Amino acid sequence: MEQLLQQLINGISLGSIYALIALGYTMVYGIINLINFAHGDIYMIGAYVGYAVTTFLGLGFIPSLLIAMATCSILGILIEKVAYKPMRNSSRISALITAIAVSLFLQYSMMYFVKPDTRTFPDVLSSNKISILGGKVLLDTKNIYIILITIVLMVLLQYVVHKTKVGKAMRAVALDKDAAQLMGVDINRTISFTFAIGSALAGAAGVLVGVYYNTINPLMGTVPGLKAFVAAVLGGIGLIPGAVFGGFFLGMIETLVSAYGGSIFKDAVAFSILIIVLLIRPSGLLGKTIKEKV
Amino acid sequence: MKKKLFGIMYLVLVLSLLAGCGSSSSSNDSGDTIRVGLNYELSGGVATYGQGLTDGIELAVEEINKNGGVLGKQIELVKIDNKSEDTEAANVSTRLATRENVVALLGPATSGNTKAAIPAAMQNKIPLISGSATADDITVDSNGNVRDYIFKTCFSDSFQGVIMAEFAVNDLGAKSAAILADSTSDYAQGLSKAFKETFGNYGGKVLVEEAYQAKDTDFKAVLTNIKAANPEVIFVPGYYEEVGLIARQARELGLDVPILGGDGYESPKFVEISGKEAANNIYFSNHYSPMDDAEEVVKFRESFKAKYNREADGFNALGYDMAYLLKDALERAGEANPEKLKEALEATKDFKGVTGTISIDENHNPIKSTTIIELKDGVPTFLKKLDPK
Amino acid sequence: MKSKVNKKILNSVFLIALYILVQVMINIGIIDSYYELNLVIIGINIILAVSLNLITGFTGQFSLGHAAFMSIGAYTSAVITAKLNQPFILALILSGIVASIAGILIGIPTLRLKGDYLAIATLGFGEIVRVIAINTDYIGGAIGFNDIPKYTNWTWIFVSVIVTILLINRFLNSYHGRACIAIREDEIAAESMGINTTFYKVLAFAIGAFFAGIAGSLYANYFYFIKPDSFGFMKSIDILVIVVFGGIGSTFGSIIGAVSLSIISLFLQGIPELRMVIYSVILFVIMVYRQKGLLGKKEFKLFKNRKKVKLNVGAISK
Repeated sequence: MEQLLQQLINGISLGSIYALIALGYTMVYGIINLINFAHGDIYMIGAYVGYAVTTFLGLGFIPSLLIAMATCSILGILIEKVAYKPMRNSSRISALITAIAVSLFLQYSMMYFVKPDTRTFPDVLSSNKISILGGKVLLDTKNIYIILITIVLMVLLQYVVHKTKVGKAMRAVALDKDAAQLMGVDINRTISFTFAIGSALAGAAGVLVGVYYNTINPLMGTVPGLKAFVAAVLGGIGLIPGAVFGGFFLGMIETLVSAYGGSIFKDAVAFSILIIVLLIRPSGLLGKTIKEKV
Repeated sequence: MKKKLFGIMYLVLVLSLLAGCGSSSSSNDSGDTIRVGLNYELSGGVATYGQGLTDGIELAVEEINKNGGVLGKQIELVKIDNKSEDTEAANVSTRLATRENVVALLGPATSGNTKAAIPAAMQNKIPLISGSATADDITVDSNGNVRDYIFKTCFSDSFQGVIMAEFAVNDLGAKSAAILADSTSDYAQGLSKAFKETFGNYGGKVLVEEAYQAKDTDFKAVLTNIKAANPEVIFVPGYYEEVGLIARQARELGLDVPILGGDGYESPKFVEISGKEAANNIYFSNHYSPMDDAEEVVKFRESFKAKYNREADGFNALGYDMAYLLKDALERAGEANPEKLKEALEATKDFKGVTGTISIDENHNPIKSTTIIELKDGVPTFLKKLDPK
Repeated sequence: MKSKVNKKILNSVFLIALYILVQVMINIGIIDSYYELNLVIIGINIILAVSLNLITGFTGQFSLGHAAFMSIGAYTSAVITAKLNQPFILALILSGIVASIAGILIGIPTLRLKGDYLAIATLGFGEIVRVIAINTDYIGGAIGFNDIPKYTNWTWIFVSVIVTILLINRFLNSYHGRACIAIREDEIAAESMGINTTFYKVLAFAIGAFFAGIAGSLYANYFYFIKPDSFGFMKSIDILVIVVFGGIGSTFGSIIGAVSLSIISLFLQGIPELRMVIYSVILFVIMVYRQKGLLGKKEFKLFKNRKKVKLNVGAISK
C-alpha cells in the first residue's frame, strides 16, 4: 500500500512536467494546426537558462524560473516569426519538416556551444524529506514545489484564456482564423502571444526539471517533448484541460508501468498509447468527436 | 530533358569531388616516424570517454617522443573522430588501416564501436588495442576463437561483476542483494550477469532485478520497488551519468544501503550529480586510483596535471598505459612491423603501468590487479587493491 | 518510338560500362576498401531515399519511421545469414518481404490518419520497433548483433540499386503510380474518381518498406555489426533530409540527393559537431526558399494552400 502511494507521488511529479510541456503544444496546435517539434527544445533551453542564471549569477529558484520563462517566451516568438510564419500557407508536411529543422537546429547548436556533457544544477531548492506513514512513504519538498507551481501556472493560464481580451482572441483564432480576422482580431499578434505563453510554460518546466532531477543535457528535450505531445493528444489536442489531464495521466501510467516491472518498455508504452488513441478516439479522452465536412 | 542533363552533370561533378577528396596524406613508409592510428569518440554521446583516453595517450606520446621516441623514431599519432557512431567507427578504422600506413590501431572507447572497428583491423592484419572496451566478445568470438589481431588492456565485464560480488559477500557480509542494471548497455548486462552468478555461488540471494535505460532521469519507480524488497546491498553496474542520479534519488527515498558498481562510476561528475550527501556508502571497482602512492602513479598524476590543468581520471590513466605498452611492445618487436608487433603484444608479461601490472593471457585479455574505491561523503577513498588470483 | 529505344540502349550501355569500370578498379586496387565503403553507403542511401520518396513524395503519406523498416530488414538478414547460415540472396529477398509485411502492418491502422498525426504515429512505430529490438536477446538486444558474414560487395549494391530504381520507376509510371499521385494531390477527389485509396496507401507502404528492408540487409551484411540504436529517429530524419533535398516527387532527385549528402557528410567529417547544425539549416532553407528541392516537380499542388474547414480536431477523414 505504501509502495503504491509512493509510486503515486512519483507519478504526479512526472505528470506535472508533462502537463506543462503539453500545454504549450496544445495551445500552438489549437491556433495554427502545427505540431511544434521544436517545443521540446524550448524546454531544454529553459533548463539551460535556469542553469546559467543559477550557476553564474547565483540567483535563487524563483528569479531563475521567471528569467527562464521570459527568455523562452522571446525565443518562441522569434521562432514563430522566422520559421513558421512563412509556412503558414504551405502544406502541413512542409510546416512539419520546418519544425523538425528548427528542432534539430536548436539541439545541435546548443550541443556545439555547451558541449554534450550533462551539467548539474546547483542546489537552489533544498531537499527536505517529509515522511508519511512512519517513514514508508517519503515526500520531498521538491515534489510539493513542482506540483504547486504547475497548478499556479495552470490557473493563471485559465484566467488569461477565459477572462482576458487576448485570451478571447486566442480562442477565436483557434476556432476559425478567417472569421476572427473579419471580426478585427490581429492574427499575427495573437499567434505571437500564444507562442509566448506556450514557450514560457515549457521554459518553466525546464527549470523545474533541472531542479528536481539535477542534470541537463542538450538532447534532453526530444523524448519529453514527444511524450508531452502524446499527452496532449491523449487528453484532446487543442483543449487546455485536455493537456493537463493527458499529462498527469501519462505520468501515472509511465510510473505504474515501471513499478510493475516494465520499465524498459516505458517509452514504447507512451507511443503505443498514442497510436491506440489516434485510432480509437482521435479527439482525445476529453474531446468531442467532430466530423470533417468535405 | 534539360533537367536530366543538369542532373547528370551535377552527378559527375559530385563524383569527381569524391575522387578528389580522401586522397591519403603522405604515406610515410620508410620515413622517420612511426604512425599510430587513433580511432576515438571525440564528439557525440560518449565523447567524454574518447576524449579522456586520447588525452592520456597524447601525454604519453609527448613524453616518449621527448625521450628519444621508439626504436629511434618519433611516434606520429593519426587521430580521427568516429563521432560516437558505429558506422563511422568502421569507416575510420578502414581508413586508418588502408590509407594511413599505421603500425597499430588504438581505440575506439566503447565496446559497440570497437566491434565495428574490428573487421578492418583483422582484414588488414594490423593490431588493434582497446584500453576501455570491456565486452567479453571483443577478443574472443562467438565460436570461442581468439581474434588474432585484437587485444585488450582493460579487464572484462564479467571480471568486474565477479570481483564486486565477492566484495559484497566477504567485505560487507551481504546475503541478499538487488540489481538495477542499464538494459541498453552491454557493459552493464555483462557485469550484472557475472555478479548474479557469483553472488549465487556464495549463497547470496538476488531479491529483485530492475532495469533502466541510458539517459533516463527518473528512477523513483524502480527504486521504490527495490526499497520494498529490503536488500542488504544494491548492485548498479552502470555509468556515472545515471548512477549519480540513482544514488541521489535512492537516498531521497530513504534507501541508505551500500551501492556497488564498476568502473563506469569513474568520474569527478559522479559526486556533482549525486550530491555529496548521497555519495556515501558507495563502492566500485576501478582500474586506477589517484590515491595510489606507487611511484609511477604519482609521477603520472603530476605530469597530467601539468599538461592539462586538471586531475587525471581512470580513462586518462588507461590511455597513458596503452601508449607505453605499445612502446614496450614495439621495442620487444625490434621493428615497426604490424606482424612482429602482434607477436610482441601476445608475449607481454609484467608490464608495469599506472593502472597496474599487466600481462596478456592466451585470450589477448590482460591479467592485472583491480582497485576498490569507496565514496565517503563525496570523497573517493582508496579502499584496497585486489591482485589477480 | 525509335528515339525511345535508342535512349534505353544508350542508358543500358552507360550503366554496364559504369559497373565494369568500378569493378575493375576494385579488382586492381585503385578503389580500396575505404572508397568501397563509401560507395556502399551511397548505394544504401539511394535505395532508402527512393523508397521513402515513393511513400512520402509520391503518395503523400508522411512517414517518419522509415529507418524501422531498414532495421527489420537488417536484423532479418543477420539472423538468416549468421544464425541460419542461408545464402545471401535468400536473406536479401526475405528481408524485403519481412519489412514489407511490417509496412502493411503500419499502413493499415494509420489509414485514417493524415499529415502530422500520421507522421507522429510512424515515428512512434519506429521507436516501438527500436525498443523491441533492444529487449530481444535472441538478436543481441542492446549489445547488438555481432559477426554477421560479409556478403555485400559492389556487385550486390550495384544490382540492388538498379533494380530498385527500375522497379519503382516502373510502378510510378503505371496506372498504379498515377493513382498514388492522385491520392497525394487530393485524396477525396481520388476516392470519388473510383480509386481505392486504402489499397494504394497500404501498397505504397508495402513497396517502400520492401526496398528499405533490402537496404537494411545490404547494410547488415557489410558492416558486420548492427545495433538497434543505429536505426532510430535520427536515421529516419537523415533519409528524409535526402528526399527533401533531392526533391519530393522526383526519383532522380533522390539519387542525386543521396550522392550529394553522403559526400557532404564526408567533408563534414572534419567538423562533426556542426554536421547536424548544417543539415538542419539546409532543411530549413529548402523548406522556406525552394520547397521543390533540387529537382522537384514544378506543378506541385502539395505545397499550395488548401481551403478546408479547419477545426480544432481534424485527424480522421471519414
